[in-house]
Amino acid sequence: MRKVIIDKKMESSGNRRRVMIPRRDFFKYLGGGIVVLVAGCKTKPAEEARGQERRSVPKDFNAFVHVSEDGTVTCFTGKIEMGQGPITALRQEMADEMDVPFENVKMVMGDTDLCPWDDGTWGSTSVREYGQAMRQAAAEARSILFILASERLKVPVDQLEVTKGVIFVKNNPDKKASYAQLTEGKKIKRQVTGNPAMKGASDFKIITKPFKRTDSLEKVTGEAKYAGDFKMPGMLHARILRPPSYRAKLVSADTSEAEKIKGIQVVRDNDFIAVLHENRDMADAAIVKVKAEFSSDEMKVNDKTVYDHYFKSGTKGAVVNKSGDISEGRKSAHMVIESEFHHAYVAHATIETHAAFAVKDGDRIKIWVSAQTPFLTQETIAAQLNMPLDKIHVIVPYVGGGFGGKGDNPQAVEAARITMLTGKPVMVEYTREEEFLYDTTRPAALIKLASGIDKSGRITFWDYNAYYCGDRGADTIYNVPHQLTTVYEELENEPPVHPFATGPWRAPGNSNNTFAREMQMTLMASKAGIDQLDFRLKNLADEKMIAVLKAAAGKFGYKPEKPHSGRGFGIACGTDVDTWVALFAEVKVDKSTGRVQVVRVACAQDMGLCVNPQGSTLQMEGCITMGLGYSLTEEIRFEGGKKLNTNYDTYELPRFSWVPAIETVILNHPEQPPHGGGEPAVIAMGGAIAAGIYDATGAVLYDMPMTPAKVLEALKKV
Amino acid sequence: MEETIRFSLNGKKTEIKIDPTQTLLWVLRNQLGLTGTKYGCGMGFCGACTVLLNKEPVRSCMLPVGDVAGKELITIEGLGTKEKLHPVQKAFVDHDALQCGYCTPGMIMTATGLLLKKPSPTRQEIIEGMEDNLCRCGAHIRIIDAIQTAADEMKGGKP
Repeated sequence: MRKVIIDKKMESSGNRRRVMIPRRDFFKYLGGGIVVLVAGCKTKPAEEARGQERRSVPKDFNAFVHVSEDGTVTCFTGKIEMGQGPITALRQEMADEMDVPFENVKMVMGDTDLCPWDDGTWGSTSVREYGQAMRQAAAEARSILFILASERLKVPVDQLEVTKGVIFVKNNPDKKASYAQLTEGKKIKRQVTGNPAMKGASDFKIITKPFKRTDSLEKVTGEAKYAGDFKMPGMLHARILRPPSYRAKLVSADTSEAEKIKGIQVVRDNDFIAVLHENRDMADAAIVKVKAEFSSDEMKVNDKTVYDHYFKSGTKGAVVNKSGDISEGRKSAHMVIESEFHHAYVAHATIETHAAFAVKDGDRIKIWVSAQTPFLTQETIAAQLNMPLDKIHVIVPYVGGGFGGKGDNPQAVEAARITMLTGKPVMVEYTREEEFLYDTTRPAALIKLASGIDKSGRITFWDYNAYYCGDRGADTIYNVPHQLTTVYEELENEPPVHPFATGPWRAPGNSNNTFAREMQMTLMASKAGIDQLDFRLKNLADEKMIAVLKAAAGKFGYKPEKPHSGRGFGIACGTDVDTWVALFAEVKVDKSTGRVQVVRVACAQDMGLCVNPQGSTLQMEGCITMGLGYSLTEEIRFEGGKKLNTNYDTYELPRFSWVPAIETVILNHPEQPPHGGGEPAVIAMGGAIAAGIYDATGAVLYDMPMTPAKVLEALKKV
Repeated sequence: MEETIRFSLNGKKTEIKIDPTQTLLWVLRNQLGLTGTKYGCGMGFCGACTVLLNKEPVRSCMLPVGDVAGKELITIEGLGTKEKLHPVQKAFVDHDALQCGYCTPGMIMTATGLLLKKPSPTRQEIIEGMEDNLCRCGAHIRIIDAIQTAADEMKGGKP
């Protein structure tokens, strides 16, 4: 038997509660080979801090890579695939760092029994944070393989090289050993030391190359499984009695009519009432037969009065940025522009609704969930059902779109609860109406903004107040001597501001803040009589922002003109998840109907190292297309805690005929760390479209969505 | 009341005993095990549940299963396999014309129905034909390009 040269004992991480296969079982599950564990994730201090609040054991292994005895490399990750493409990008990173063919890397994602703890797939963190930690683990695994090869080939490590999973002697390539040969019969565990260096840009073979999606074959054939696609003999479909509005409470319920339906089972657990049937249509028929009475104490606010409500609620703002002296800046201003921007609540409206399928598995529950957050979902189920964490096994298959909405998964708790009560496999799959009514929404935004320019067109002050939409993207970004940013947020021990549950929505807050800031820039440029691009360049010091503006301008073929040029050109730029983005749009406005058509868009992005230019391009196009919706039509209408949109007929998503020609540029910097790619381009659509409408017609749109009615109203004021 | 319904499902003679008022979508997904056809809105607004009935794209969430009696029904599973993709499926793969993939089966079935009727559609005809299928991820421009490619492919060559 070959001596195991590295067998560093993994340290106990203390009072861990996290569920993972017990360490001694790693190899039982994986077979022999090498396992590399990453202790703590050094690239994620913020995540760790959040983890500490939530979990008693934050310092635990949170990534590992396995090299099997057949040379296959498996990447286990708590991240999930909901369209943004980490399934491809992480695989590229793993393959490159391990020097194995892309095809030899296997991805295992979102399984709480198999994968290391992860806080969730959001914030464009898969590549920029997890990917970096994973690459470090892979570098560690590769170094172990080099040591094994050195021993086997009796050659010092520095004389070895690797290609496609085969380590060979530099000047004698016939002397070689494959990863499969090196790991055969081995059981090696090691923690990441951080010592072996990750590859530098000049060594990349797969990273930075465009790779098409690896999940498309399954997705075009209908084989790809989503949470709603799982089934088991004896399974029941559940429909749950839900309140008609957010704060409504059940007073009484009579299920007798529903019970008359053949095969119906009614579950009642205090206020929780569900009807179950093996046939979904029957469950649908039964739930409407439940006669229920609800009491309701909803907030007195609706989609029209919410901005006034926001302003009145906003008495305690937090200053998040202050430099210079606003009153000084006002004094030195030649012109002052004061604006108030509004933006409606919007829905995630993913085509897949929230779904979960739960089954009993011995004394455990196994549950497939459409979640962005496998581990958080596991914790929530355990807490709500008062079960030990290790009795809950969450598996996240493909997710049919998330955009922040699938961080919360009440349907998983519901499915698990019914399974515990009945012992039966249970599917809870939201109807579209349930999805609109009970999913979280992006908060509406009120932004009050005053700024001034001197005679030369330089911004002298910037007084920015964001109400209840969050401060992401509220940075001034321009070179302004006197600036103040105040953010108003819901506070503990204060009355709630939102009439229903709100949550993150792709680049939370940033689309609101970028819209306000960039439209203000367009208006100031106009007052100054300077072209909107020239005005930005004049007031920018940030070289990356200047670079993306110039790159997008080049792609767009932008020539500076006097403001309100009639061309319908609009510009917006900003940063999100450490990525710089600039977007130019050409719009056409039908002055008789108020309808806006975006004709073409050019977008440039500096995201540091771009691991997969193809995947990143898809994300830019997706963001641009999705951005049409929040800019032009999407709006939750509500009266108190009752939302009035219940399906896609009253909540309009972008359609094929709306989509502009799209050109994208990625300024790739392989020598830099990767930044986020899933969200940035979405932030700039609102501001660019508003600026385009202004450039075309002189109409100023302060409110999103910029519906035909609002455009007609604004045109009247021109 | 249960009835026996006979129809062709993905090229195979099929017979099921079922209440004919049951929704085709749920029958496909739950009784017949064909989960490629997706639930999206339940009201025919999004197109995720689109299947071909006698070569016409229809919304299976709006159709009682009794309506397929004596007809030819094709779902995404009957279009092609991983090993032998239908030209529309292949074009979606080649163009990366999807992200989360949830609307994809409905997009492909609608596009296939469109091409059966109009083998050489213009770009505008593709847009009009796909207009009522919703995609939240924003894969639209790639879907249009994919359908154009598939149209060319199905004619046996580039125009």
